[in-house]
Amino acid sequence: MQTANLLPLVLVLAVIAYGLAYMRSRAVAAPLGGIRNLKSLPFYYAARAALWSGIPALIVLAAWAGFEGKVIQSIVIGSLPQDTLPSSPGEASLVLSQISNVAAGKLNADFVPEHIAGAAGLLETLRDQSANFKAMLVVLIAVLGASFAWTRVAPHVNARKNVEATLRRIFFVCAALAVLTTAGIVFSVIIETVRFFGRVPITDFLFSTSWSPQTALRADQVGSEGAFGVIPLFTGTLLISAIALLVAVPVGLLSAIYLSEYASKRMRATAKPVLEMLAGIPTVVYGFFAALTVAPFIRDLAEMVGLEASSQSALAAGLVMGIMIVPFVSSLSDDVINAVPQSMRDGSLALGATQSETMKKVIFPAALPGIIGGILLAASRAIGETMIVVMAAGLAANLTANPLESVTTVTVQIATLLVGDQEFDSAKTLSAFALGMLLFLVTLLLNVIALKIVRKYREQYD
Amino acid sequence: MTDQRSQAEIVRQSLKRRYRKERRFRMYGMLAIFIALASLAILFADIISKGHTGFVKTTITLDVALDSEMMYLEDPTDEDQLSMADFVAPIIAALQEHVPEAESAAEKRELGRLIGTYGANQIRDLLKSSPDLLNTTQTMEFLAHDRVSVYVKHADNPSYTIKLSEQQQRWVDELLEKGVIDTSFNDVLFSRGDSREPSNAGILGAIVGSLLTMLVTLAIAFPVGIAAAVYLEEFAPQNRITDFIEVNINNLAAVPSIIFGLLGLAVFIGLFGMPRSVPVVGGLVLALMTLPTIIISSRAAIKSVPPSIREAAEGVGASKMQVVLHHVIPLAMPGMLTGSIIGMAQALGETAPLLLIGMVAFIVDVPGGFLDSATVLPVQIYLWASSSEQGFVELASAGIMVLLTFMITMNALAIWLRKRLERRW
Repeated sequence: MQTANLLPLVLVLAVIAYGLAYMRSRAVAAPLGGIRNLKSLPFYYAARAALWSGIPALIVLAAWAGFEGKVIQSIVIGSLPQDTLPSSPGEASLVLSQISNVAAGKLNADFVPEHIAGAAGLLETLRDQSANFKAMLVVLIAVLGASFAWTRVAPHVNARKNVEATLRRIFFVCAALAVLTTAGIVFSVIIETVRFFGRVPITDFLFSTSWSPQTALRADQVGSEGAFGVIPLFTGTLLISAIALLVAVPVGLLSAIYLSEYASKRMRATAKPVLEMLAGIPTVVYGFFAALTVAPFIRDLAEMVGLEASSQSALAAGLVMGIMIVPFVSSLSDDVINAVPQSMRDGSLALGATQSETMKKVIFPAALPGIIGGILLAASRAIGETMIVVMAAGLAANLTANPLESVTTVTVQIATLLVGDQEFDSAKTLSAFALGMLLFLVTLLLNVIALKIVRKYREQYD
Repeated sequence: MTDQRSQAEIVRQSLKRRYRKERRFRMYGMLAIFIALASLAILFADIISKGHTGFVKTTITLDVALDSEMMYLEDPTDEDQLSMADFVAPIIAALQEHVPEAESAAEKRELGRLIGTYGANQIRDLLKSSPDLLNTTQTMEFLAHDRVSVYVKHADNPSYTIKLSEQQQRWVDELLEKGVIDTSFNDVLFSRGDSREPSNAGILGAIVGSLLTMLVTLAIAFPVGIAAAVYLEEFAPQNRITDFIEVNINNLAAVPSIIFGLLGLAVFIGLFGMPRSVPVVGGLVLALMTLPTIIISSRAAIKSVPPSIREAAEGVGASKMQVVLHHVIPLAMPGMLTGSIIGMAQALGETAPLLLIGMVAFIVDVPGGFLDSATVLPVQIYLWASSSEQGFVELASAGIMVLLTFMITMNALAIWLRKRLERRW
């Protein structure tokens, strides 16, 4: 039976367990003179039965479904005759896809070597067996759990404690999922990155100035190694992010100041949500705008003044990205500006300073750490932004500071290296994970610093 | 005394300059807001001006004589004959009635190219489903070829190149005048999946894909997010583990989305062997991505429930868990819902991680389940925007308009919920 069908089945079993335990607890309570003589309400006996029947079954189901594919694959590969064993992981995946195509009937078994056809048969039997075992095991566990809960319905048993402890544990697991996600991210990028550095020395990756990850078709081809120097990608990322921040910081900061200090209540009430709409627009829309409207416009403009601009200029991507992070900067600055105590404002105004002088000489310096924290967060946003640069920036890794030229970024390379079919063991694919690792570390560092600054600053006035 | 007076003098003299500065500063602020709002306006105007034609289709309505001799088809129930038959001939013949000047074989071929590639299939499908229509004359509506469509919709737009010959342009003008070629609301856009041909491509497949993906995301992120928030706010002891979890959640909220794509690729596809390009994997990845948003907003909602409620419940003998389940969660639910809807809207617009897990494939069929290959709306927009075929640009903008409509609706719903249900204590 398929996992998709087993899931509702388990839920139904849990509901049945609930119902049975509920009736059982009432039946147990009846001769004693009503449910007030039970240690817990019938609901808790019932909920306990549902939990005990459902949770172990679900865990087993998830584990089985998670690993059955891999286990079956390795058994099938292992069953191949010695002389036809695939030598590399790439070859193995090719053979596997052939086998599964035969098994699925997409490929006629007469057209493939005998061992493949045999393996396809094995694959099918294994899949059937696995599905049957899985279904039986899961149902068995669910029934066992429910039966155990059934036997434990007794007046002196405190089911509420059990239920509450279980729920609490579930809540904890949910909270810990965040840690698990981080661990998953770190784990997945580290493994592939280490494999990558087994092929390309880390010094080449960090200090070489050329990036061309094409791997050759033939081993003896010129440049078959590919070049994996991350510097041009990094400068490209920095160039675009710098342009973005040059737009976003003044615009965001000044609009936050205006809205918090000068604007009338009505203007604030309308302008703020409209500004925040900018943050809600999907990045693919900004990418579309940058690639199809802003980039050609900049190219034409540059041509008019006699400059040469690429149709995928860094400027276009940077400008649009700047617009995207304006609300980010403005809402963070708004928070910190509002956190500056009113007494400081009043004091400055009472001394005869104008509003702008108060802003520039009193509030801004006081809010500066928070604002810097906000800018760092915005920078990490800009560095990690993908769609705008995928659509509007180029693919060629130019080491340049000219905003009218085309540059590429770390995120663009990750996306292009991993889109489409790829083999998992080429340096080209692995390099994407190394780039991901780099991106993760840089953004993490920025975020940690920014959050520290912001928190420290908050404590100052709280 | 003179000293003081001169100081007052200095202040008075500098006042003008200071007021000027004040005004200038004010203007900078207004300018900044203006720039931000103007960018938003330009963005919308640009997309609407590019995309409104995407909602229009160009059709050619013809009285087609389904002549068996012309098509070399005697028995429409015979598969072999159907595959050999010439379904273009009756279309050309029908067109020729309106454009009698096309007589030579080359001209007839040119004429036939006014109809989209799927025109012939339309006749075949019709005959296959009702064979007794053979040798009758039917009024049929065909989709015009993309080149015709571009010509009809964008003849005076310099950013489009017209790829029709002079002669074809003349014919199209003539047919337009006769009302044979007409434009109407593009229902194809909302009833089909992707296609190689812009006039035949729709966003239904992508919308269904988005819907399936969002369902998976919601089913995971909403309960888990709320449970996590409840744990952290109500049960977590003050210790290192709790601190570590909190730091983790805050950092995850700022991790670039493409990193989650790497996670999905390495863990769900690489380690667990899940299939590529399916809504389940996409939904899982997006769920992990939106979890921090949901947790953070749910925590804020839980925090806003006043302690007096908790104390009152505890006072009448409720256990901690009963306080939470019976009182805190129901009271915090509007805030939690609002945060979740905003998180879901974010996930709906997300593209980058889905590129990495293979949801960029060219998929014609509308997905029917969580394990069918699918794409989502933003990815479809990306695919069309990067296509070289000019008809896809207007479809991409039309897709953006649909996507933005969804997002604005979701955000409006969130705001409405907040206003309607949130209680001030």
